[in-house]
Amino acid sequence: MTLSTAVLDSRVMVTRSVRRSFRDPEAFFTALMLPVILMLLFVYVFGGAMNTGGDYVNYVVPGLLLLCAGFGAGTTSVSVAQDMSNGIVDRFRSMPIHGSSVMVGHIVASVVRNLIATALVIGVALLVGWRPTASPLDWIASIGVVLLFVLAISWLAATAGLLLGSPEAANGFSMILMFLPYVSTAFVPADTMPSWMRGFAEHQPLTPVIETLRGLWMGTPIDHQAWIAAAWCVGILAVSVPAASSLFGRRTSR
Amino acid sequence: MTYTVNATGLRKTYGDHVVLDGIDLAVATGSVFSLLGPNGAGKTTLVRILATLLAPDSGTATIAGHDLLSDPLAVRKVISLTGQYAAVDEVLTAEENLLMMAQLRHLPRKLARQRVEDLLAEFDLVDARARRVGTFSGGMTRRLDLAISMIERPELLFLDEPTTGLDPRSREQVWGTVRQLVDDGVTILLTTQYLEEADQLADRIAVLDGGSIVAEGTAAELKSTIGGELLRIELADLESYGRAVAHLSPERTDERLLSVEVPTDGSPTEIVALLARLEREGLAVRKVTTVHPSLDDVFFTLTERSAA
Repeated sequence: MTLSTAVLDSRVMVTRSVRRSFRDPEAFFTALMLPVILMLLFVYVFGGAMNTGGDYVNYVVPGLLLLCAGFGAGTTSVSVAQDMSNGIVDRFRSMPIHGSSVMVGHIVASVVRNLIATALVIGVALLVGWRPTASPLDWIASIGVVLLFVLAISWLAATAGLLLGSPEAANGFSMILMFLPYVSTAFVPADTMPSWMRGFAEHQPLTPVIETLRGLWMGTPIDHQAWIAAAWCVGILAVSVPAASSLFGRRTSR
Repeated sequence: MTYTVNATGLRKTYGDHVVLDGIDLAVATGSVFSLLGPNGAGKTTLVRILATLLAPDSGTATIAGHDLLSDPLAVRKVISLTGQYAAVDEVLTAEENLLMMAQLRHLPRKLARQRVEDLLAEFDLVDARARRVGTFSGGMTRRLDLAISMIERPELLFLDEPTTGLDPRSREQVWGTVRQLVDDGVTILLTTQYLEEADQLADRIAVLDGGSIVAEGTAAELKSTIGGELLRIELADLESYGRAVAHLSPERTDERLLSVEVPTDGSPTEIVALLARLEREGLAVRKVTTVHPSLDDVFFTLTERSAA
């Protein structure tokens, strides 16, 4: 099994997964509507009551972005689980193809979907009055952060999909991903929460990513949050990538 | 004779439950070998082990000369699996499915395209090429499944219950397709719970029950193990039925239908003698027919143990 066949197999699988992503109009529409609706909801409905200093839209954009990424990853988790409960994976597994190519296909499709959603969040945010102060260099750095985060959460979701096996269970996992941002600094600062919750909010992986993005875009202090964010993402990847490969490659006990 | 599959002592347990209890299997190259058994007999487990998807607890096997356990990659190059659930992508079209699989077999682009065209034609899917497979009928999905398996002619093709859930017409079509593959010289390991299917397609049949092979042979051999032909005599009334049961020492009786079945070698002499005897005894007979044992009889006789 050479590197070139691994690349070749992965390319075929990427084509497959991306094609599949765009053939489910309902899911695709939901994925596109979600950022728009959430943005309007948080800025115009909740935004007036929020006191985060300055315009709420300037505070909330990173959190919404991660919320949408969580939704996107949930989709990935479900589609991996669907694959696993379908006969086609048995065929892939019994073929002389590179073991991780199926996963690579799912991940690339997931990243593509997420980047589309990210672009949409940013576009809508700008329309409703988001005014980032970022320099071009900050923008490039922020795109890097988003990519790293999306990659990590996609692999995590794919691993969960493999582990859980059924689309229903994977759906449950995606609910967790969707709720995680609420207990972070995505929508309100952590110091407005009761102390026991604040501990979780300050130390869960989404908070450093949010703080880093907010810092890059709005000039709020970043400090060591960038390193913590990077460490979380790299850590998640370091566990998920090998785990997914071995979960997919094993001769199942089913 | 060369054997494409050579397995000895394959065993698989899940906790206390023994799914396969030491299976020995030899499938001659170019033949159709059928694993016949009721649900839960271990057919699919055996196929999954031989297709490198599942590790056995113990036992060894070679597929086309490659060791199953130490060289799964070499095995994967020469097998093709058509699982119990159609192994196709339902969101993609028939053409996309075929092209994807051809690319995964590393066919050069031009050759892949050509192969897809040939297979669409060969498996009667040209009109449906641009339709999503999710909209296909069961029979069409199966045909696509088989077409995918034939992108590169495999040395061993697994057909795991290929017609389960199909209507009779689609089943006939799939059988026709399988016969074509046989004519092409593909070795096939077929699992089925339909005796007729094994009878129609297989050169050799192994009856799998409770994780063990309880009988193996050609369809004719298996049928002969449970005896030869029978003469079935339907009596006109209960009184005649009672006397027939008493005097003819029948092998099987059915009081509701007033019928008895007597062993015979099927020769005219013996049948005439039997008829003369009925006459002599003065039995009121309504109808006489000869009965051949079917694979169903073999199956039910052999698997009676587990059903009881």
